[in-house]
Amino acid sequence: MGADVAGGLVKQHLIDPEICIRCNTCEATCPIGAVTHDASNYVVDVTTCNFCMDCVAPCPTGAIDSFFMVRAPFSLDEQFSWSELPPRSAEAEAPDALDDEATALLAEAHARAGGRARAPETASKPRINLFNRASPAQATVAGNYRITAAEAGSEVRHLILDFGAVPFPVLEGQSIGIIPPGADAQGSGHAMRLYSIASARDGERPNTNNLALTVKRVLEARPDGSVFHGVASNYLCDLRRGDAVQVVGPFGATFLMPDDPDADIIMLCTGTGAAPFRGFTERRRRASPHGRGRLHLFFGARTPQELPYFGPLQKVPAALLDRELVYSRLPDAPREYVQDRMRRRAADLAALLPRPGAHVYVCGLRGLEDGVEHAFAEIGHAHGFDWLALRARMLEEGRYHVETY
Amino acid sequence: MPDGITQVDYDGLIPNNVGLNEDARVRKALETWHPGYIDWWTTMGPEGFQDSLVYLRTAIGVDPKGWAKFDYVRMPDYKWGILLAPAVEGRSIGFGAHKGEPAWQEVPGEYRAMLRRLLVIQGDTEPASVEQQRHLGATAPSLYDMRNLFQVNVEEGRHLWAMVYLLQKYFGREGREEAEDLLRRRSGHVDTPRMLGAFNEATPDWLSFFMFTYFTDRDGKMQLEALAQSGFDPLSRTCRFMLTEEAHHMFVGETGVARIIERTCTAMREAGLHDPHDIAAARALGVIDLPTLQKKINLHFSLTLDLFGNEISTNAANAFNSGLKGRYREDKLTDDHQLLAQTYPVLRLRDGAIVSEDVPALSALNMRLRDDFVVDAASGVGRWNKVIEKAGISFRLALPHVAFNRRIGEFAPIHADTAGNLLSQAGWQARIGSFLPATEDNLYITSLMQPVRATGEYAPWIAPPKVGIDNRPGDFEYVKIAEAA
Repeated sequence: MGADVAGGLVKQHLIDPEICIRCNTCEATCPIGAVTHDASNYVVDVTTCNFCMDCVAPCPTGAIDSFFMVRAPFSLDEQFSWSELPPRSAEAEAPDALDDEATALLAEAHARAGGRARAPETASKPRINLFNRASPAQATVAGNYRITAAEAGSEVRHLILDFGAVPFPVLEGQSIGIIPPGADAQGSGHAMRLYSIASARDGERPNTNNLALTVKRVLEARPDGSVFHGVASNYLCDLRRGDAVQVVGPFGATFLMPDDPDADIIMLCTGTGAAPFRGFTERRRRASPHGRGRLHLFFGARTPQELPYFGPLQKVPAALLDRELVYSRLPDAPREYVQDRMRRRAADLAALLPRPGAHVYVCGLRGLEDGVEHAFAEIGHAHGFDWLALRARMLEEGRYHVETY
Repeated sequence: MPDGITQVDYDGLIPNNVGLNEDARVRKALETWHPGYIDWWTTMGPEGFQDSLVYLRTAIGVDPKGWAKFDYVRMPDYKWGILLAPAVEGRSIGFGAHKGEPAWQEVPGEYRAMLRRLLVIQGDTEPASVEQQRHLGATAPSLYDMRNLFQVNVEEGRHLWAMVYLLQKYFGREGREEAEDLLRRRSGHVDTPRMLGAFNEATPDWLSFFMFTYFTDRDGKMQLEALAQSGFDPLSRTCRFMLTEEAHHMFVGETGVARIIERTCTAMREAGLHDPHDIAAARALGVIDLPTLQKKINLHFSLTLDLFGNEISTNAANAFNSGLKGRYREDKLTDDHQLLAQTYPVLRLRDGAIVSEDVPALSALNMRLRDDFVVDAASGVGRWNKVIEKAGISFRLALPHVAFNRRIGEFAPIHADTAGNLLSQAGWQARIGSFLPATEDNLYITSLMQPVRATGEYAPWIAPPKVGIDNRPGDFEYVKIAEAA
């Protein structure tokens, strides 16, 4: 059924009649008879489809892979009459996930953008929810190592998950879901956690069927003296090479990078929020290292020892990546945060933002977006533009993205 | 489901989910056949690119989510496997005299010869098309198209394996001999031709290739859909899985022609050329004019119709009645599935006129499958017309009448124009050049066939695709061409 989501919107699976060649593969594959056809179109019955996604991989054209958020679902007769998909209104934006649990998590992560986000105009089309809780993909741990210094207070690890022969197509900026094995104190299965993909779409190395995650081991001291152990993060951090992991997803249809090599990308992050930007950087480096666009990274951590990927970051050519590493706990320096460094680079940011190809991405712990917002508002004030108006336009154009947790 | 049915053994010489390791006799038969197949592939398969790395899809399983993977492969190293769709628990025969009986897991003795014939005819078309297309790599309009050609070729090769497996597994010595003969016949050979006419015509250029994959592979789809209904369960499961791959072949044809049309229309618009019938002006732009595309449609559509055989056919009636070959999507039809009393309208030649005549439905099964094909083929032509319409050019492509240019069946003795009006011999001769590609049309098309090998670039007569294969970006290197040693 077309799952109900917040705001009276319903997710609907549609087939793009412009690309479909009516080969009948989807209808033959669907295990519950949700796909049917007339002499011109193949269509999906919204009252039957349960988003099992069995039809997606065998489709030879990609026409099958169309998901809309709608207020009133399109009837079969409406779909039969189409020669192309209807235009997407702002609210008919492709959903981030079909799975309710993942939808809720992403809605929460995107809630502080100041409006509904849209995918960049030149972003590749994402595949979503190919695997769900009922039939997860099985990945194998191909690597798991610590990327913060051994003496640093926080342990952040770099995990590589290999999918073997199972296709698991992702784009930079998307997330995957991990459901830790076992049960919680009440005896029910653990909740899903989302992790941003930290590698490029074609794998850790080009043409490998794997992806990387950046995972911080959650160990939080409680007021009563006990220590809270994050279930999923400790599960992932303790995995050994060769261990099997159940993965769901991929999720996310808006926090995606523009494929335009001339687009400038401003990336603001703290801690493991750097994960998607590692993917963005790697993608740029591989696909279009000579485009006119540049990546601008503002990356905050307590110390260089706690900054994930500190070493590898130093090797990215400055022509590709303009990087500002910002520390809040250096022993002999005043505390500095991402927003402080943004203010120091106000003139550069003010020149970048109004460009039609400029995109802003914010990713990290909740609270980061407040500091960033203030900094942008100040920069706007000093350089003669209204930040809120600009932000609204950027949201509408798919150029402003926030994912915080 | 028992092990060995959905579990794919991917490590051996022949990847399979039919438990080949436990079946020493069939394994040995296939391993004996394998060198001959590789020999056939290297001598009759794609010419000149056997050492190149091609970004190919390989079927590795029958679970819809993980059924194929993409990777760079040298074609002779492609893993041609034997994969059957999962068995349906308690499946029964859906039509004919045995309707309702449990589906056969072994060949019923009385239908042995008939079934073997069906398998051999289907199997013969698979290597035939590889042979027909073997020279096309040299003139590919892009690496993307070259990759699609080779994908079609290796999968036709796998479909040959699928039929050979059934022959080897269920037909003993006779099956082995048929399997050898499938490697012995040659498309267009004077002495040992392939079994069906359309598979002995050369595929000389890429427009012909796209038309072939659009029309003739669509016949393949109809035949596979009908065989997927078979009461002989291994055949049904084989064909169901083959259809998953066949979809890509029709995709190549439909989008290939659509991209040619798009390029032609764009070039005409940019040059301010409004008259689609001004062939010389369109050709001066280096694109394929729309009237020539119509002639190619006329040719390939009529050749493909001949593959459906005689409109009234006892063989087809027997295959249906015995539960071996159903109708197109039999399982979706709502009648008695035995056709004991029904009639079906068939176009026939009566006193020099084409008339519709009701005949017993059982005898008209070829006609019915052909009608289903025509409906299916027409809707793609509709899509092509949308491209022309969008460009604001006043021209419509259309399928010719089914009586046009036929060699087999009811209309073989007569001549008809593309609208179905009967013509005298003299009338036909006078107008043949306006119906079918003439020598100068073919020479012009041939002149356009210049290879384009830079990544992300396309020959000037065809537009780039809307979406890359496996979501790859536009400049992806689909084929890493090996330098000749």
